[in-house]
Amino acid sequence: MTEQKEDDVCQPGELVTDNRFKRQWVKLKRNKAALAGGMLIIVYVLSAFFAPVIFPGNPSAPNLIKSLETPSVENLLGTDELGRSILGRIIYGSRISLLIAVGVVSVGMILGIPLGLVSGYYGGKIDFIIQRITDTMLAFPGFLLALALVAVLGVGLRNTVISIGISMVPLYIRLVRGCVLSVRAEDYVEAAKAVGTRDIAILIRHILPNVMVPITVQTSLSMGMAILFAAGLGFLGIGVQPPTPEWGAMLGSARSYLFNAPHVATFPGIAIFLAVLSFNLLGDGLRDALDPRFRI
Amino acid sequence: MLNYLIKRLISTIPVLLGISLLLFFMLRMLPGDPAQVLAGQMASPEDIENIRHQLGLDRPIYEQYATYLSRLVRFDLGLSARTQNPVIDEIWARLPNTLLLAVVAIMLACLFGIPAGIISAVRPYSWLDYLVTMSALFGISMPVFWLGLMLVVVFSVVLKWLPAGGTGSWQHVILPSITLAALVIAFIARMTRSTMLETLSQDFTTTARSKGLTEKIVIIKHALRNALIPIITVVGLQFGLLLGGAVLTETVFAWPGLGRLIVDSILARDYPVIQGAILIFGLLYIFVNLVVDFIYAFVDPRIRYD
Amino acid sequence: MNEQLKPLLEIKGLVTRFHTLDGVVKAVDGIDFEVYEGETLGLVGESGCGKSVTALSILQLLRCPPAEIMGRILFEGKNLLELDREGIRKIRGNDISMIFQEPMTSLNPVLKIGEQIAEAARTHKNMTRQEAWRWAVEMLRMVQIPGPNSRARQYPHSFSGGMRQRTMIGMSLSCNPRLILADEPTTALDVTIQAQIMSLLHRLKDEFNTAIVLITHDLGVIAEMASRVVVMYAGIVVEEAPVKEIFKDPRHPYTQGLLGSIPVIGRKRQTGRRLQEIPGIVPSPMETPSGCRFHPRCSKVMNRCCRQEPPMIRLNEHRRVSCWLEAHSTVKKSQAGGR
Repeated sequence: MTEQKEDDVCQPGELVTDNRFKRQWVKLKRNKAALAGGMLIIVYVLSAFFAPVIFPGNPSAPNLIKSLETPSVENLLGTDELGRSILGRIIYGSRISLLIAVGVVSVGMILGIPLGLVSGYYGGKIDFIIQRITDTMLAFPGFLLALALVAVLGVGLRNTVISIGISMVPLYIRLVRGCVLSVRAEDYVEAAKAVGTRDIAILIRHILPNVMVPITVQTSLSMGMAILFAAGLGFLGIGVQPPTPEWGAMLGSARSYLFNAPHVATFPGIAIFLAVLSFNLLGDGLRDALDPRFRI
Repeated sequence: MLNYLIKRLISTIPVLLGISLLLFFMLRMLPGDPAQVLAGQMASPEDIENIRHQLGLDRPIYEQYATYLSRLVRFDLGLSARTQNPVIDEIWARLPNTLLLAVVAIMLACLFGIPAGIISAVRPYSWLDYLVTMSALFGISMPVFWLGLMLVVVFSVVLKWLPAGGTGSWQHVILPSITLAALVIAFIARMTRSTMLETLSQDFTTTARSKGLTEKIVIIKHALRNALIPIITVVGLQFGLLLGGAVLTETVFAWPGLGRLIVDSILARDYPVIQGAILIFGLLYIFVNLVVDFIYAFVDPRIRYD
Repeated sequence: MNEQLKPLLEIKGLVTRFHTLDGVVKAVDGIDFEVYEGETLGLVGESGCGKSVTALSILQLLRCPPAEIMGRILFEGKNLLELDREGIRKIRGNDISMIFQEPMTSLNPVLKIGEQIAEAARTHKNMTRQEAWRWAVEMLRMVQIPGPNSRARQYPHSFSGGMRQRTMIGMSLSCNPRLILADEPTTALDVTIQAQIMSLLHRLKDEFNTAIVLITHDLGVIAEMASRVVVMYAGIVVEEAPVKEIFKDPRHPYTQGLLGSIPVIGRKRQTGRRLQEIPGIVPSPMETPSGCRFHPRCSKVMNRCCRQEPPMIRLNEHRRVSCWLEAHSTVKKSQAGGR
């Protein structure tokens, strides 16, 4: 008996089943990383939801006597320059970050999906115009686009959501339009057209379901990106403003104390990192399980 | 190939027009009087009147845009509200610093990202592959500015090996460029892995093996040569990521580049500079992608001869 | 005609199986056959019967999903499965080369045609770059590519399907191999081109005195090219015979079915039968039927076929078949002989 030579071996257990759902479920389950990501997201959601229970009191109330303390039993992750518990602010910060993530993808989807559907389905002049706008927006790297929009709209939570949300719109347009183009020529869409189904009904009933898988994947990845962008804006001082406990802004102010209290900058960063990581893990896992064609 | 290049050049024109429109309307979307905004908070009524006249705000909007465009073409971006210097001078002074960081970072990224991706693809599902894919995922999930801060803590605060910020020597370049490269390394490694996995599973790779070529030649000459085409594209696209990251990295390391200039200008509401710097970033990105497409044409014979 | 010769390639009890999440897939499930020097052996069967996997197993080119290859593959007496990586690499392209089905994808799009032929010669024959290039041009001339000097400098995308397949043939012959495994070499081509490629292969085979294992589902091709035929079904050999006999007197119902599915002008008038198809499809290698693997589709199925796998019955030195029908008739014959 001879095995294939060592380096010719790839993952034992390639899937050859014909059952699509079984295949997807098995793949998702096998992807422990995606599962871990999903679980971490649940932890964040729970801590955002139960923040007042876990951490009673105002996370933004200064307590100058205790400023810049290192981690202790009382304050597990130490305190910041105003003596506020870093753990408390991180827990409350998960509210802000999840709110931003949900807000951003909502803006992205509400504007991006209809535009992408219309652009891909109707084609012609309207497609041309939408595509030129998309091209222009994509000519700027995502973060810079958000930055430019913040420059116009101003700082604050609402403007952070709108700016980052708009910078995500071209991604959704591209994605949806691409899917629509590939679905549009399918027989069942042609058949629906032939029997005189209204365009809006075709779009919603026949085309949208086909776009759902890539949108789900994109949304998970976009939420991670949104948290990252928002933290970046907060760090630069042009996002969510202090004293709101936003992770990026926390890092921004911690920067001044890097030399005498490095722990202040460490923990909020880990919070951002884990949140983004969990959305990316989930997104990657969903993509592997649901849609093998769609890869980055 | 010349046709291809010309076609590609022409295709950037609508994007350039789009950017100019975007920037033109950006100022007009601001609440309040653009002249007031452009002049800044400290401007006197005469200054505002001057700017109003300069901009021709009383004239029809298309005429304003035409004037704006003609000034843009001559790189006349107006005066900074903060320093009263020409915006273009402010930008020229900062641009080399940003480019230095970007070029060093992109070189680091290719140097580490591509080999990591290849190793990963050649031994898929091995521990090495898991190491690479997990590190790459960590890399893209990590906030660059936090990575920068942590590097400062380790190498400047604790070990005292490298300066925490500023410019002046080659030592100053190390931490910022590593920070900036980390994200791009991750993206390039991921992309290299997936394209290499694809080319390694293609028929021509089996043909190459069936000829009895050594595994090294099969991987480098046959698989990598083909994978390079999408990899180069991604490197170009990641340049945009790099520019975005530069804004944050430059802030962390007090690096006097274009990104820092934008942030300072946003904080000071210095709109002419914001406008100018964003324009330059956009142009830079378009230019890099143009260069990438030209390289593409050299690597891919299908484009070269069509 | 072959019995006095030593076989070039002997395959003994070859099993190739893939480990998948849903279980073990036996793509090739214990096959034996020989290839003699200079002959053309046809390996016939529907798609999915394990023909291609057999060829890829010989050169150990299966990668994903990971394959486990068992049995013996003796090439000039030595077992290829016992060679190390370097050993099998030296066989590939040099002693045994391969022609693939898809000429559009089996050439590397970013390398010059000449280079793709030359690199094999450089690897195995220690030629210099220039020598190998000249040799590559020579090979292109041999496979009748017009203007081989300039064509060698072009890339695959400027070649037509037929020209690419000629290139593949030239490439496979470039190190003067003893054996070529041709996996459906003309399936992807136009009918007119198919005939050209086949006659080219036929001519060059004689010129180079190379043996060919011709894998195909096209019995027309077999009739023209092959001297012997091995018929595979669902991972096993069901019948082996010299080519003339297989067309005159197919014994296995599957072989009969294959032959019945080729249109023959005038047959309906002669026999009163329409074109016959074999009902059903090749069973998935995951769910091999009990007893004889062909029984669910067999027109002459008997009770026994469902329960017991038929033995391989040797009819004479050149022929063997695995079917209960033959077993019964041989038993009857031997009984008759006994009386």
